Amino acid sequence: METLLEVDNLKVTFPTRTGNFEAVRDISFSLGRERLGIVGESGSGKSITGRSILRLIQKPGIVEAKQIALHGENLLDFTERQMRKVRGHRISMVMQDPKFSLNPVMKIGAQIIEGYRLHKNISKAEARIATLEMLEAVLIRDPERVFDAYPHEMSGGMGQRIMIAMMLIPGPEILIADEPTSALDVTVQKEVLEIMDKLVRERGMGLIFISHDLHLVSSFCDRVLIMYGGRIVETCQADRLHEAKHPYTRGLLNSMPILDQPKKYLEVLSRDDTWRDQLSVSGNK
Amino acid sequence: MTVNNSIELEDVNVWFGEGVKRVDAVLDASFAVEQGGSFGLVGESGSGKSTILKAITGLAGNWQGKINIMGKPLGETRTDEFYKSVQMVFQDPYASLHPRHTVDHVLSETLSLHKFDNIDERIVKVLNEVGLGQSFRFRYPHQLSGGQRQRVAIARALILEPSILLLDEPTSALDVSVQAEILNLLTDLREELNLTYLMVSHDLAVVGHMCSNVAVMNLGKIVELLTIEDMRAHKTEHPYTRELFEASL
Repeated sequence: METLLEVDNLKVTFPTRTGNFEAVRDISFSLGRERLGIVGESGSGKSITGRSILRLIQKPGIVEAKQIALHGENLLDFTERQMRKVRGHRISMVMQDPKFSLNPVMKIGAQIIEGYRLHKNISKAEARIATLEMLEAVLIRDPERVFDAYPHEMSGGMGQRIMIAMMLIPGPEILIADEPTSALDVTVQKEVLEIMDKLVRERGMGLIFISHDLHLVSSFCDRVLIMYGGRIVETCQADRLHEAKHPYTRGLLNSMPILDQPKKYLEVLSRDDTWRDQLSVSGNK
Repeated sequence: MTVNNSIELEDVNVWFGEGVKRVDAVLDASFAVEQGGSFGLVGESGSGKSTILKAITGLAGNWQGKINIMGKPLGETRTDEFYKSVQMVFQDPYASLHPRHTVDHVLSETLSLHKFDNIDERIVKVLNEVGLGQSFRFRYPHQLSGGQRQRVAIARALILEPSILLLDEPTSALDVSVQAEILNLLTDLREELNLTYLMVSHDLAVVGHMCSNVAVMNLGKIVELLTIEDMRAHKTEHPYTRELFEASL
């Protein structure tokens, strides 16, 4: 399989009063036309990894890597101007909560068109047609109405579908989805994931799916990286997640309540300090 | 009705707004939770599950119907005695603690409002009960992790020695490993202190772990009442319940 994105020895540091905090410590992975899951608890560095690919880490954060290569071009060498052409156009990102990622005072259609026309040299009328088609593709029943509506008139599930539409319309090769469904209800979550899955497959895109939910990731992705303390502690095929060996992954799996297996106490994850010191596992295919 | 029920609801309606803006959030909800029992409310957002908890504590203004707490009917206003016996733990520990009050302040304020004596001893005791220890007593919320904050929120509820805890998604903002710790803590506390739990959650596995009876809510109505055995055996009648189960498992 062809490699879209290659991340080599990524390291993200935040200087603090008590010394440098290393949020991501020397991780390497690659992404082909597949669905790659990154799981871990809060503070494991999974979101920072997603953001540093798009160079969205703000100062004073420092991003270092041997390379973050998109089709062999190192994104770290790009100027801010060149980066703007990458963001949205070649790699785009869906964030957790649509309430905070959509502009509340702009109609939905206008928001989608604004982003689209930055990347494509087309007329407003053409952009409007493409936008309505895209809204239909994310299974919005009445695209005309939604086009002229404001974000607050939408439910969470609709909002996230609009975000997906907005992110996919310029035709990026890679989509980074950072907890795209954790603000949604389970039934809606399933719908949104199905839409995202279908579009990513049809377009042959690469997907990085960042989530804290092990079950969700194992049912949705092809390959999974498990992060702990800024490192990748284990990588496996998603359908074999239940065979995972690392004590951290096992601990996470065991600490979840399961409906069919009642027990009085849930297993509590006991953390081992040596996990932090182990070197990262390579996430290359 | 038996007196053994801690919480009884009969045809409770809750609504927001008046006239054309009226939204009926809960329609004719009836259920009972026995003393020392643990009852779960599940459903999607907007189904009215949290609103029921709010109606009980008096946070939702307009309601009609009968709510009995420990055999006593609830009236228009709630007495101090009510708040001593019914306490609530909220969903987001990042939002429910005052950022500029120390743990000690949060706990002692609750106590002095209810005119408790031996404030010092009680704080020491409750912090030990929730597994935090004395070193956390004078910390501010930002010096605590999410799990520790939720422990403080539970301590704040427990310090009044209530008999009923209303739990509104107590672990949904936490990581699974921390969720396990908090759920184990709640299991222990219920046994030690003989508490009654009314728990709201969107996570069927969590409710299945904690509760013995479950009400499934959709669009403000309780569509089905299930025992946990029925739930495990997937013995559900209502199509919505089935849909919810399929989506979550």
